[in-house]
Amino acid sequence: MTTVHHHEYDVVIVGAGGAGMRAAIESAPNVKTAVISKLYPTRSHTGAAQGGMAAALANVEEDSWEWHTFDTVKGGDYLVDQDAAEILAREAIDAVLDLENMGLPFNRTPDGKIDQRRFGGHTRDHGKAPVRRSCYAADRTGHMILQTLFQNCVKLGVEFYNEFYVLDLLLTDVKGKSTAAGVVAYELSTGDIHVFNATSVIFATGGFGKMYKTTSNAHTLTGDGVGIAWRKGIPLEDMEFFQFHPTGLAGLGILLTEGARGEGAILRNASGVRFMERYAPTIKDLAPRDIISRCMVQEVAEGRGAGPNKDYVLLDCTHLGAEVLETKLPDITEFARTYLGVDPVVEPVPVMPTAHYAMGGIPTTVNAEVLLDNTTVIPGLYAAGECACVSVHGSNRLGTNSLLDINVFGKRAGKNAAAYAKKAKLPALPKAAEQFVVDLIDSARTANGKESVASIRKELQVEMDRNAQVFRTEKSLGHAQKVIHDLRVRYAKIGIHDRGQRFNTDLLEAVELGFLLDLAEVVVVSARNRKESRGGHMRDDFPDRDDKGYMQHTMAYKKGDDIALGWKPVVITNYPPMERKY
Amino acid sequence: MGELGVVDSFTVTFIVRRFNPETDSEPHWQDFDVEMYSTDRVLDGLHKIKWDQDGSLSFRRSCAHGICGSDAMRINGRNRLACKTLIKDLDISKPVYVEAIKGLPLEKDLIVDMEPFFAAYREVQPFLQTSAKPKKEHLQSVEQRERFDDTTKCILCAACTTSCPVFWTDGQYFGPAAIVAAHRFIFDSRDEEAQVRLDILNSKEGVWRCRTTFNCSEACPRGIEVTKAISEVKQAAIRGVRR
Repeated sequence: MTTVHHHEYDVVIVGAGGAGMRAAIESAPNVKTAVISKLYPTRSHTGAAQGGMAAALANVEEDSWEWHTFDTVKGGDYLVDQDAAEILAREAIDAVLDLENMGLPFNRTPDGKIDQRRFGGHTRDHGKAPVRRSCYAADRTGHMILQTLFQNCVKLGVEFYNEFYVLDLLLTDVKGKSTAAGVVAYELSTGDIHVFNATSVIFATGGFGKMYKTTSNAHTLTGDGVGIAWRKGIPLEDMEFFQFHPTGLAGLGILLTEGARGEGAILRNASGVRFMERYAPTIKDLAPRDIISRCMVQEVAEGRGAGPNKDYVLLDCTHLGAEVLETKLPDITEFARTYLGVDPVVEPVPVMPTAHYAMGGIPTTVNAEVLLDNTTVIPGLYAAGECACVSVHGSNRLGTNSLLDINVFGKRAGKNAAAYAKKAKLPALPKAAEQFVVDLIDSARTANGKESVASIRKELQVEMDRNAQVFRTEKSLGHAQKVIHDLRVRYAKIGIHDRGQRFNTDLLEAVELGFLLDLAEVVVVSARNRKESRGGHMRDDFPDRDDKGYMQHTMAYKKGDDIALGWKPVVITNYPPMERKY
Repeated sequence: MGELGVVDSFTVTFIVRRFNPETDSEPHWQDFDVEMYSTDRVLDGLHKIKWDQDGSLSFRRSCAHGICGSDAMRINGRNRLACKTLIKDLDISKPVYVEAIKGLPLEKDLIVDMEPFFAAYREVQPFLQTSAKPKKEHLQSVEQRERFDDTTKCILCAACTTSCPVFWTDGQYFGPAAIVAAHRFIFDSRDEEAQVRLDILNSKEGVWRCRTTFNCSEACPRGIEVTKAISEVKQAAIRGVRR
């Protein structure tokens, strides 16, 4: 018999990475707040971010938030909502200062200010030259942000429910409107179910990179929050746009920061040629990630790859010198040494693109309110960070804009959720609120089919790498869609070994795979439907951007077992679409 | 280099200390033979066991490259992160022994209760305390920033604390990780409450329990000089803080 516990809060935040904890810092001092995470907060993948957080502080050279807005819009290949990008760039300055004031140990300039460095796609005066805009703490900026936010949550006495896996979002009808009423979670240490009745719910659950084999993402990034929203009938926006970070350790996918190129590192092919000079003559190795990743794959496809199988290119840091590597890029230097046995001080590092970041996700307004369609807000429901799509990243996110996104929109989500909870009444729970999760867990725990979760997951990841990665075609995506369909059929016949209640990570992985399969299908179906190339979505069979047909956001809706696709207009304020050249 | 070239696989025997709280009264050791490559990590071995042989094997992991701090465990008697320990760096002519970190309550297989560890962390007030209200950032020189750089690297994996013989015998001791967290703020030029933390750590279960065995420094997967940090806190407790 499953034990069910009940809790009441003003605000419940799902996810304890950067966006979730930044929201908690706004919400917890004002209203009764809980943060629920399937991990311990400091395990969240914000901690793996390396290079920095963009803000036009102009500490080391002239800069302006307007230039930052333009770069964000252009970097996203004009699919960015420009009102949101303006908020991101304008509020970036306070977001960085907030973190410093909370204790974040940024690297410093000789006069004691926050130091800044170059990063891909961030330029002076609308593309004239790279600009130093990234505020950083060595190559562990995400680690410092995660630690600083956690430290401040400790300071404020924020209530955490660690290793609680949220599996359902409760929506209820209030005056004819679908309204948030809470969440249901599965407690990993006991197997108990917890119903959280809440006036406001914030999803800050991160991404879903684990649908790919080669990825910088953690094992735990399985799109749970986005998947829950999807199953509850909330649309997903721009899911075809997935970012492949150029410099993953070859064969492993472990991230090597773009900050390395910000400090002057160079990409070379097997002959030692700096190939980015050919593709992006003005900013070369500091072109945005989508462009660099495509060029790398193209170099390899045309036979200019390095190594015994000619299947990677080289990141050359050797001219930076040991001191720059040890002081500004110590972690990636160690990763290369540990995992590839390559010392970046003396030899170039084998790299290839790695699945890194979902530009798409749960659609929100600039106030982090979740949308039920193009315009209808779900009262009490908020989303921020990678799980959300505001959209500030459009079809390709600029490096350092995600640590910024979680802080700006995490803060907005926390503020707005708390303000809403103060004026709204705690909604009544729907009937048998816990039943869906009780049934889901029971069926997973007793699953005794012949199919293996690990095999299905691996086949999904291999297929996504092969057919829905940097280059896509109708044929490759059609193949992926069929494979995913077959895997879903097999998923219905899985078996698991662990029948226990306590720390049943076997069960956990089975449930996570369900979310990955759902979301992979949305990614592929959305990608098939976009017959153009834009930002992170490159169609070999439609190589050009088509503003007439596709200058709009994809909106995918779950209709029973089918996916219905619609569109949502892009907000354009100051920057009419132009050709994207660097 | 792993999947980059052609590398031969070979069989590695893992001997894992198992404990299922729902059925076992005592932990026991169990053998698994796994096909591995020299560039694989111990975490890959545990995954192969879990995914191909026994799904009930339970352990924590997330990022898999030594930054999230989930998978600290005892590997051949030493505290390490499973995702940062490569097979080629172990003597695989012998079995590889894997067990949970010691000194925290065992929950299941390689999973321990982390709450006492985080409770000690919270007690040292691990957050910036300052009355300054700068319009922009606090100014801090490059040297002042460098002074506490080492201890900012901590990922709270507990490898240090659970390698400490004093912590094993006296669960009340704050342990190295909490002292590292305190150090990070005691030596931060922006912080004004160093003395409060020094008073906390000057107590019976504080820094003076440290016997300078250096286990913690050897265990730290981030290369933090933990014992040195503890010594600096001891010095500061006697002579005051020198930033």
